Amino acid sequence: MRRKKTPDKSPASAVTPALVMRLYVVNSAPNSLLAVANLAAICKEFLQDNFKLEIVDVLEQPLRALADGILVTPSLAKLSPSPAANIVGNLSDKSGVMRALGIRG
Amino acid sequence: MNGMKKVTLPLLPKMATGIQGFDELSHGGLTLNRTSLLLGGPGSGKTVFALQTLVNAARRRDEPGIFVAFEETTRQIIANAACFNWGLPALARNKLFFLAAQLSPEVVQSGEFDLSGMLAMLKAKKQEMGARWIVFDGIDVLLTLLQNPIAEMQEIYRIRDWLADNEMNAIVTAKIEGGSSEAVNYGFMQFMMDCVIRLDRRLEHGVSLHRIQITKYRGSDFVAGEYPVSFGPAGMEVGAPEPSEIKHAASTERISAGFERLDMMLGGGLFRGSSTLITGVPGTSKTTLTGKFAEAACRRGERTLFVSFDEGAEPIMRNLASVGIQLRPHVKSGLLRMYSARTESIGAEDHLIKLKALIREHRPRCLVIDPLSAIAKAGGLAAARAVANRIIYMAKDEKVTVMITAISEGDDPQTEATELQISTVADTWIHLSYIVRSGERNRALTIIKSRGTWHSNQVRELVLSEAGPMLADVYTAGGEVLMGTLRWEKETEEKATKKQRRADVDLKQRELQFAEADTRVRIKALELDLQRQRAELALYSRDDEARTLSSSERENELRKMRSADPAGHATLAPANAKPKGANGSGNSGNGKKVRKEAHDAP
Repeated sequence: MRRKKTPDKSPASAVTPALVMRLYVVNSAPNSLLAVANLAAICKEFLQDNFKLEIVDVLEQPLRALADGILVTPSLAKLSPSPAANIVGNLSDKSGVMRALGIRG
Repeated sequence: MNGMKKVTLPLLPKMATGIQGFDELSHGGLTLNRTSLLLGGPGSGKTVFALQTLVNAARRRDEPGIFVAFEETTRQIIANAACFNWGLPALARNKLFFLAAQLSPEVVQSGEFDLSGMLAMLKAKKQEMGARWIVFDGIDVLLTLLQNPIAEMQEIYRIRDWLADNEMNAIVTAKIEGGSSEAVNYGFMQFMMDCVIRLDRRLEHGVSLHRIQITKYRGSDFVAGEYPVSFGPAGMEVGAPEPSEIKHAASTERISAGFERLDMMLGGGLFRGSSTLITGVPGTSKTTLTGKFAEAACRRGERTLFVSFDEGAEPIMRNLASVGIQLRPHVKSGLLRMYSARTESIGAEDHLIKLKALIREHRPRCLVIDPLSAIAKAGGLAAARAVANRIIYMAKDEKVTVMITAISEGDDPQTEATELQISTVADTWIHLSYIVRSGERNRALTIIKSRGTWHSNQVRELVLSEAGPMLADVYTAGGEVLMGTLRWEKETEEKATKKQRRADVDLKQRELQFAEADTRVRIKALELDLQRQRAELALYSRDDEARTLSSSERENELRKMRSADPAGHATLAPANAKPKGANGSGNSGNGKKVRKEAHDAP
């Protein structure tokens, strides 16, 4: 079980609610590693600290991923604010990912 | 082939799929812990094959399984399978796990993804439930999402490696359009898999036909060629190939063909387990004969299956009741099973499979198929011919006595031979025809052949009445059997002639008796006459003696009186004649004497 948590949300962006996300990966798989890197870049560039990201390694918590309805990896779930969204793939399409997460660039 | 089988079997342990017919085709099922690929167009039965294998493994061997559905949701799959008697909802609660692996349309795709996560989850699930089987149903749907041939190949490899690591019996299904594997990776996939099975659905003469073919089976022999597939309550069934060797036991037990006179014509009835073909143009009461056969079987307490094509069971039973054949009570008691099928709905081979299932289910001793020729309507004549033969062989294998009808095109039985060509396979062949003569149409029954038994060669009239079918007495005239009114006339005529003849005989007898009596009377009269004559004769001869004696005495007296010497006797004789005429008395006596002299003279 590995959980990566970003630092606490910053008071500066209190106007917009924090983005809560969960990324399902298989840590040994290239697409998963790529997804982690791509998401980290987007977060760093546009969200500063106003987000919460949980990274679930499916190899470690397979039954949890199964219960969560995950099929392929990498798979990113936007949990809040609504609307919820799901993105699959290595998140290489930056603008598409931002659109799905509701991040204005 | 057998030698090869002996070598390969120990190396490749197989797991039966439990799909009727397929385990025969594949010589035992699918290879243990290997992956089989099912290829086929939409609606060709891939999902049913895969799911049925899982269901059978879970139910029969208590082997849990995982079903990964890329195309359909779990609910859809369970709903679709509800038409089969698998009890899927219950199995889905404990023995089978369904993973609905569809990416929702709302899911945004951004860049490449892979199946490593899914396989990790499935491994965990497998360990949790101890699954022995896994199905990846509709993997093509997943692969198209990858949008990259190289990625597709990578994922296929990933699955293969995963399966190898996890030691599961696996089935992967993929859709192919137009019966050919257009996508490069399907060829690649086929190369990777140990066993490749193709399912096909095509239209032939407007009928949807399902086929199955094993195109590759690594390390195992299998039955090559396409075989028909059909779907029944137990799921998919494959029309497995027939053994080339015929091993039918021949029974000498006779059973009734329906009614006594027909049995008599057949030399005592039909042999148990034999097949009888009844041909005839429409309306020659083929169904009636089969109905009578079925009724007779039920009356003996034998389970019977009555299969009718293109006519419902209800109208058949009603129509048969009008000629005194009651099938309904036997249907109620469960002895008789009526099954009606529309021929166009499915192909000939599907009918065969259905029939097999029915025979397995009902276990009949007697079987009626009316009319078998109807199967030629669906799916072409060649298939129908093969099916017709197989039905007969199948019935023989099961020791079922079968009666089959076939509609012939013309009244000539020879035309039947060109239609389904079952006449050579059938043991007994009865032909029904109309004979039109003197403005009448009458049903005629001929036994064309009956193997291993004496049978009548005569054409007989088949008469239907409320008491059922029967064969009329034979009246022949000019070498032809008379029928209908002609027969009736002949019958009446014969009765009249008989009466006349009897009267004639009576008369003649009486005449002769009279004549005899007359003769007797005459004999009596003559006898009396004879007696009288004899008496008279006797009387006369005595008279004559007396007279002769008296005359000689008188002569002597006369001589004495004339004192004539005895020498004078010589002259006396002529002198004797004189007094005859002279004395006038004793005329008759005189005459007699003359007669006597005349008699003596020569």
